[in-house]
Amino acid sequence: MPKRTDLKHILVIGSGPIVIGQACEFDYSGTQACRVLRSEGIRVSLVNSNPATIMTDPEFADATYVEPITPEFVELVIARERPDALLPTLGGQTALNTAVALHEAGVLDKYGVELIGANIEAIHRGEDRQLFKDIVAKAGARIGVEDPAALVPRSRVCHSMAEVEATVAELGLPVVIRPSFTMGGLGSGMAHTDEDLARIAGAGLAASPVHEVLIEESVLGWKEYELELMRDRHDNVVVVCSIENVDPMGVHTGDSVTVAPAMTLTDREYQRLRDLGIAVLREVGVDTGGCNIQFAVNPADGRIVVIEMNPRVSRSSALASKATGFPIAKIAAKLAIGYTLDEIPNDITRKTPAAFEPTLDYVVVKIPRFAFEKFPGADPELTTTMKSVGEAMSLGRNFTEALNKAMRSMETKAAGFWTLPDRAVAAATGVDPADVTRQSTLAALRTPHDGRLYTVERALRLGASVAEVAEASGMDPWFLDQIAALVELRAEIVAAPVLDADLLRRAKRAGLSDRQLAALRPELAAEDGVRTLRHRLGVRPVYKTVDTCAAEFEATTPYHYSTYESETEVAPSARPKVIILGSGPNRIGQGIEFDYSCVHAVQALRGAPTGAAASGADGTGFETVMVNCNPETVSTDYDTADRLYFEPLTFEDVLEVWHAEDSSGRAAGGPGVVGMVVQLGGQTPLGLAQRLKDAGVPVVGTSPESIHLAEERGAFGAVLARAGLRAPAHGTATSYDEAKAIADEIGYPVLVRPSYVLGGRGMEIVYDDATLRDYIGRATDISPDHPVLVDRFLDDAIEIDVDALCDADGEVYLGGVMEHIEEAGIHSGDSSCVLPPITLAGSHLAQVRRYTEAIARGVGVRGLLNVQYALKDDMLYVLEANPRASRTVPFVSKATAVPLAKAAARIALGATIAELRAEGMLPPTGDGGAMPVDAPIAVKEAVLPFKRFRTPSGKGVDSLLGPEMKSTGEVMGIDTGFGHAFAKSQAAAYGSLPTAGRIFVSVANRDKRGMIFPIKRLADLGFEIVATTGTAEVLRRHGIACEQIRKHYESGEGDDAVSMILGGDVALVVNTPQGSGASARSDGYEIRSAAVTADIPCITTVPGAAAAVMGIEARIRGDMQVRPLQELHAALRAGE
Amino acid sequence: MAKRRSAILVLEDGRTFHGEAYGSVGETFGEAVFNTGMTGYQETLTDPSYHRQVVVQTAPHIGNTGVNGEDDESSRIWVAGYVVRDPARIGSNWRATGGLEDRLAAEGVVGVCGVDTRALTRHLRERGAMRVGISSVDDDPRALLARVRQSPPMVGADLSAEVSTAEPYVVPAQGAHRFTVAALDLGIKRNVPRRLAARGVTTHVLPAGSTIDDLLATGADAVFFSPGPGDPATADGPVALARQVLGRRIPLFGICFGSQILGRALGFGTYKLGYGHRGINQPVLDRATGKVEVTSHNHGFAVRVPGAQVGAVVPDQVIETEFGGVQVSHVCLNDNVVEGLRAKDVPAFTVQYHPEAAAGPHDADYLFDRFAELIEGGKNA
Repeated sequence: MPKRTDLKHILVIGSGPIVIGQACEFDYSGTQACRVLRSEGIRVSLVNSNPATIMTDPEFADATYVEPITPEFVELVIARERPDALLPTLGGQTALNTAVALHEAGVLDKYGVELIGANIEAIHRGEDRQLFKDIVAKAGARIGVEDPAALVPRSRVCHSMAEVEATVAELGLPVVIRPSFTMGGLGSGMAHTDEDLARIAGAGLAASPVHEVLIEESVLGWKEYELELMRDRHDNVVVVCSIENVDPMGVHTGDSVTVAPAMTLTDREYQRLRDLGIAVLREVGVDTGGCNIQFAVNPADGRIVVIEMNPRVSRSSALASKATGFPIAKIAAKLAIGYTLDEIPNDITRKTPAAFEPTLDYVVVKIPRFAFEKFPGADPELTTTMKSVGEAMSLGRNFTEALNKAMRSMETKAAGFWTLPDRAVAAATGVDPADVTRQSTLAALRTPHDGRLYTVERALRLGASVAEVAEASGMDPWFLDQIAALVELRAEIVAAPVLDADLLRRAKRAGLSDRQLAALRPELAAEDGVRTLRHRLGVRPVYKTVDTCAAEFEATTPYHYSTYESETEVAPSARPKVIILGSGPNRIGQGIEFDYSCVHAVQALRGAPTGAAASGADGTGFETVMVNCNPETVSTDYDTADRLYFEPLTFEDVLEVWHAEDSSGRAAGGPGVVGMVVQLGGQTPLGLAQRLKDAGVPVVGTSPESIHLAEERGAFGAVLARAGLRAPAHGTATSYDEAKAIADEIGYPVLVRPSYVLGGRGMEIVYDDATLRDYIGRATDISPDHPVLVDRFLDDAIEIDVDALCDADGEVYLGGVMEHIEEAGIHSGDSSCVLPPITLAGSHLAQVRRYTEAIARGVGVRGLLNVQYALKDDMLYVLEANPRASRTVPFVSKATAVPLAKAAARIALGATIAELRAEGMLPPTGDGGAMPVDAPIAVKEAVLPFKRFRTPSGKGVDSLLGPEMKSTGEVMGIDTGFGHAFAKSQAAAYGSLPTAGRIFVSVANRDKRGMIFPIKRLADLGFEIVATTGTAEVLRRHGIACEQIRKHYESGEGDDAVSMILGGDVALVVNTPQGSGASARSDGYEIRSAAVTADIPCITTVPGAAAAVMGIEARIRGDMQVRPLQELHAALRAGE
Repeated sequence: MAKRRSAILVLEDGRTFHGEAYGSVGETFGEAVFNTGMTGYQETLTDPSYHRQVVVQTAPHIGNTGVNGEDDESSRIWVAGYVVRDPARIGSNWRATGGLEDRLAAEGVVGVCGVDTRALTRHLRERGAMRVGISSVDDDPRALLARVRQSPPMVGADLSAEVSTAEPYVVPAQGAHRFTVAALDLGIKRNVPRRLAARGVTTHVLPAGSTIDDLLATGADAVFFSPGPGDPATADGPVALARQVLGRRIPLFGICFGSQILGRALGFGTYKLGYGHRGINQPVLDRATGKVEVTSHNHGFAVRVPGAQVGAVVPDQVIETEFGGVQVSHVCLNDNVVEGLRAKDVPAFTVQYHPEAAAGPHDADYLFDRFAELIEGGKNA
């Protein structure tokens, strides 16, 4: 069944900003889809508001709309592009929901757009809880399951406590209680005891407007499995991958440690899941493409319950693709345009078809990465609500090898078992460090938490049996026995007279790192000593290949992982190689933006002139080698680089990859590895630079010494002083007394932070001695090796961000100058910014240029540099400089049509800015510091995850923003004017700006004058205005009718501002922060937090309000327009 | 835990792998083959078709779910030796009645673990299945190699009698009896009569040496030729029997070895594949429907039809034989191997793979329905 010929133009919808539960896996899937569709000769239009994605690079679609993914804007795109079809299954729930909304609004019919890869009925059947239960029972009956009703949790609707009790007598405790028709699941809960039941069900009956609760059997603690399936239009179905959760039911699969393939199923049980999965898929009616089904299996009797299905590509399918080498999104795109599985070749073997089920001869482990430290007060218990912000995956030839690799990929303080004292690990998981016993450890296992495997290991080491740990944790004894084997191995390693080759080899085969071994053998002079010994004994890893077929067929794709075995599969190659280090698991502060830059480096270097770096080159350009451990990313798509090593980004693992590639390259008569790029993957690879260089690795780009120059405060201060550049008064301290002395000298407020951080980790603005003392107490724990930096905090300054390039000749290219919309003091990653800057004078820009050039040359940057400035009272201050790709590189590149990361990679390998200008990669003249007057305006807005977190008592967490970054992602709004661009950014981040309703206004005294005009305009547009006392007075005096409301902290009757916002009665919030001082700031943030919770736009500056007014007017007038990047970029390039 | 004895594995071409003893300590020989299934080791071990073969499991963890009283496909373990990467220390499953290694030891199965099974698999893929020896009693590879080269090869091996039942037995239909099938046991798996029984078939399982009269004496409505080990070129007896069945127009269904027997009965040849198909993920195209099924395979030999090049797509046309027209009904999409034959003029069809699964997916279960329909048609004719 060949490709459909009637589909000539397809619209793809992306997933928008990175949020918890929807991350860069959808960039990976969307990028694959776009690539496939275009290679089939189909015109591709794309909508995605996230500028940090590879898929929104202009070369991946014919028309790329960096526009909000709302029905309103997507309709504009459809009206302009008139695609034949819409493919909504590769952009997560966002894309699927938008497609459903467009269908329901009649937009798809109106423009004759066909939905492909999904159908509306199937989406509903998959999502409606009751409908889905019926579907499962039907599917079960069709394949002859004896008791199909038992395939879903048993449940009954009850209207009285008597009915509830009768039901529970039948189902047994625990049960899940779900009141009917309450908002957002209010009153739901799980009852473990009769008391719980009486309390929760009683309250539930009362809360339900129809006095109705659903009592449902609990599957908490059951084994949890997922299957990734694919179906084509000829009804061929294959299971791509099975995934088993080590954490049993009760922990969201995104927050669970998971393993592929399933480890603890017999064939009989696995085939039952497979049969059921396929039957459900057919019954739901998923047209073509990928789908994910989750099961719970009772460990006591094997009973299967189907939990849910996603009729689309998901996070799990990205994981499954990386785990198996079977590219689900790519195949899904082909199936959507009519191919069948047997017509699509398996990419990896080339000779066999995609109509098969991958089989693995290795084990894959995924571990989630959390960021609870960013959200003080948030309940760290893992539940069915996803809270992790990223994940790392690893492959090994056995479970413990993969597990240990995944644990050291996390880049947490503990880098695998035994690398931190038990006390420290225990404390992080809620166990009193003074009372680390078998009993307390077993007790801690009962509550799912981040790092629970550490707790498992400790319990076993303290003498708990596998059975006891299984009982406490609900984890399968097989997994626990694997960890018990590590505990036994540990004892052997500790007790051995010497670490001989045999024991060392066994330790490595179990996945232990040099660092772990060093922790067990203190006499070996730490990790370096273990490595020296290991190399002397010839114990080095080999590299195997991910080939989808367990070696049954030859693989053509060099997708490798390390293991300690006899045969390596690294193919010799004489081409000059460049290794690019990725950024590891996503976390707040280090996310998709860095992966974007790494992917760009690959694109730029593949086939780039190799120049002098490549003696012995055969003229075909660099061979690019990617090392990364994040399964969500485009960089770990085996189609991205020439070679992919799915490995932890630790010194040991990276060094071994380098050794394998370098030696095999030299053995083939080539130059081996001519460069390792460390400055594009964020802080992770940067932190390895010096050690790698010392070990003989050719680290290219900005040298580790230069990196140190920028990051070490004293050295950097000297650079600034030499160039005569201004910086806020500052000092470094290793104790409270030192810190206080500095604060006394430079005056409060001060900004305090540990050195060498990303995402403002541990950064705070401190207003007094007490807070300072408290901070030092906590901060020294964060980074004992580095002192605390104390800077004068510049209140009320304009913050400016610059991304620039510098080459070996010291020529500097300003990529872009971004003006923050929020005042200084909020982490740049959390604040919105605009490019080109809209209020800076030419003299400011000249100063920015002069400063940036001086820093770049002073530090010795060879590639990218990011500098943050504060402009206060017309004076420019240098806040910090980072000699690496920054988070804003993709945003700047999209806004200015210049691929900065590509240029940086080329510069690192020896190209000059002049050469790149001549080649056309950079514009022939000018740069991003001098944008044409008619250049489009791009606004970046941050997206925050506060809604995901709750305190243990169930309240929302404090959403105060500050110098520590908390956002998970960003969006871009781009248009010809600031108003439209700003309106788009708000729409993309929060949903569209309102066109009617009530507006809450509360502004600082200094802003009252400036706010009159915009608010008046809003009132004239028909909005109802509500204001706090002071603001209301000013507005009334200007003839603006408004209702008065008390502030959050003012006592009084009736609603306060925050509760009114939370109540859903407000369409827009205008709130500018009140000057300085911790307490004065907090009311504004309460309001902002409420706006975030209520999902409504919140304007925090006068220019923002003016912008919002312009945006609202544009919406009311209906003159919002969409333009593809290709058109914007062409105009920019033409204007040069 | 106690350290294992060292063990060596030596292939006929001299390549040697070092590992540790697994299962029974001792020495064993056979044909080295690899199985790529990620589940179903218990079914694999007890599948008589693996008789005289040393099975290399590509899945690294084996034994995780222990062994249970329900998943055996015959009365014993048949593999001649077992090669795994990481054996489980405990079996964990609600149905488990014991550990795998204890079972292997109890049945005297010599194995080796800790081997670079991927390297071994790649070697077999490139060089083809070959003889192998495993020893945990003699650590001299050269001496072992000499013994490997003296061991009997698979080509020319007639093994049916060694795995067949000594006495006939009956597997009754589930529910109402509809048909009687006489199954020639050349190494049958328990799940075949079970899948037949689910369709109201009473199966008389007969020893490999049975005659046409033995078959007819059961009152059979149809005949089944089972899977089994060995070189089909040696199976002259069963081939002759199949010709008699075809001549009498008795409905016939065959699986795996049984399929090769039909092929020979129709006058086709058989040949040895380089390294065979052994796994549960093989894509097979049903040419009648154009649909792909994911199937369980265990065959080292295949049928060669006239006019088809090995490795090339088999022409989809009717082949004339002594028994009328025959079509290649199923092909493997990985390598175009003939996976099924269907006679047009006599009631007979066979598949080279395993619709009874165990281990493996159930996609091809419909073939038992086709068999039931064929019998039904024969009865009504």
